[in-house]
Amino acid sequence: MHDSHDALARAGRALRLALLTALAALFLLPFYLLVRNGLASEAEITAPGWTLFPRDPRWSNVRELFADPDVPMAHALLNSALIAVATTIGTLLLASLAGYGLARIPYRHANAVLYAILGTLMVPAAVTFVPSFVLVSSLGWVSSLRGLIVPTLFSAFACFVFRQYFLGFPRELEDAAQVDGLGHWRTYWRVVVPNSRPVFAAVGTIVFIGAWNSFLWPLVIGQGRSSWTVQVALSTFTTAQTVTVHELFVAAAVSILPLLLVFLFLQRYIVAGVERSGIDD
Amino acid sequence: MRQRQSRALWFWVFVGPFAAGLALFTYVPLLWSVWLSFFDAHNTVSPTDFVGLDNYATVLGDPAFRSSLVTFAVFTAFIVPATYALSLGLALAVNRLRVAQAFFRSVFFLPTACSYVVAALVWKLSVFNGVRFGLANTVLGWFGADPVAWLATPDPPWYWLVVVTVRLWLQTGFYMVLFLAGLQRIPVRLYEAAALDGARPGWQTFRHITFPALRATSVAVVLLLVINSFQAFDEFYNLLSDARGYPPYARPPLVHLYYLALGQGQDLGLGSAGAVVLALVIAVVTIVQARWARLGRTEEA
Repeated sequence: MHDSHDALARAGRALRLALLTALAALFLLPFYLLVRNGLASEAEITAPGWTLFPRDPRWSNVRELFADPDVPMAHALLNSALIAVATTIGTLLLASLAGYGLARIPYRHANAVLYAILGTLMVPAAVTFVPSFVLVSSLGWVSSLRGLIVPTLFSAFACFVFRQYFLGFPRELEDAAQVDGLGHWRTYWRVVVPNSRPVFAAVGTIVFIGAWNSFLWPLVIGQGRSSWTVQVALSTFTTAQTVTVHELFVAAAVSILPLLLVFLFLQRYIVAGVERSGIDD
Repeated sequence: MRQRQSRALWFWVFVGPFAAGLALFTYVPLLWSVWLSFFDAHNTVSPTDFVGLDNYATVLGDPAFRSSLVTFAVFTAFIVPATYALSLGLALAVNRLRVAQAFFRSVFFLPTACSYVVAALVWKLSVFNGVRFGLANTVLGWFGADPVAWLATPDPPWYWLVVVTVRLWLQTGFYMVLFLAGLQRIPVRLYEAAALDGARPGWQTFRHITFPALRATSVAVVLLLVINSFQAFDEFYNLLSDARGYPPYARPPLVHLYYLALGQGQDLGLGSAGAVVLALVIAVVTIVQARWARLGRTEEA
């Protein structure tokens, strides 16, 4: 009786593992296709039978991509990097200060300010791209990095995550700092920030990934070729199909490389950030 | 009194820059748009030609606008249950693994690093390429089936399979992580008590312990899924538009709005009216959902 029950449980576990392995293979398939097509020649991609992997991987595709004057890939990568880094630093600075103020500095109208901030979450940013475009174009910021970065720096979501975190920050640490005669400003920088690195890392990685992968806003604002981000460049070439297929796949593979590195080294912070984003109700 | 003043000063030192930016880049544009929506504003942001509610009449009377709401409804009906079920299923399975748990979690989470642009590129040019050498058509060919033109035709609407699987692949890992966090917050004693009461592991335990305990997570997941499906733009745009432009079918609200406001003639008055209408739609959808979630909570109590 017990033996058969054990055997059943073991079979169930094995089945579950097999199913998960199959699903994992399916989830990795698109990454395989990126590499396979990126290292193949045009003829190999369009050949009738499926070749599992190019016979001699053409690493020269990577060099050709960056040498192609019609594809401003290096410039687009630079733009994306500048935007993602600036957005991450700016968002962390602005949202953490605001979150701390809301959580810790008593002020009569603090609740009204909090509701005004949270109210913007009701209307997701993507829906307001037309109004934002109107504002940015009247500032003369279309096709500029400024226009791509500055309007995205004020994340009500990040502010709220920081506020929730600082509400739970141990007060004793701050009290000790105040006894030492530090005001709010120096307490914040000398005591609060150094003891809150994980939450900064969590929000920072999420913001960085979002900025690197963002598409609609850069499409609307980055109209000139010189302000293309990686995503806009890839999209333009995918939809217009003016570029060879293997070049497109190499470009796509290159564009996700930075994020895969971020994922490999910072995954626990990203997971922490995702978890924070879900328990805000 | 002085202390209160100095507190107010410090409050604004911390909160002021953020609040000012949010006001300038969110509230000002919204109000400006409401104002613009009453004007004829072709290629201009400071129009003089007041047209009353004409722009709203045009937006709401446009069959393309209503069909974009239908596209949203159909997309939501596919993607929300599919993502919910798959992410919950993966979380349950990964959570009970004794070996390679971190590996499987990472693999399912990895697509979150990918952009919709890159995913759409792989789907459009490789997996669901309409010609014979596309991966899906290659597999169909092994079984002797004819190649399918996945994206090029609304009849039969195979494009739904393409659009839905992109998002399913990309976002499932994110929600799986949310569910894993939820699972780990369930107290072990609940399961011990259930075992004492004779509940068998598996379906019974899931139905009576795990699923009810995940309620808060489930509500958050469904809310996020619906809002994100309303904002779908990247994958539709990159899968379906080509050198000739965007086809007349499969236009979700934001794609419709994009061409309304920034297409030929840049009709910002009309676009603003569209943005206002869509902002109201999503606000109503969110409120209804939040009330529905709260309703469920009181029933439970």
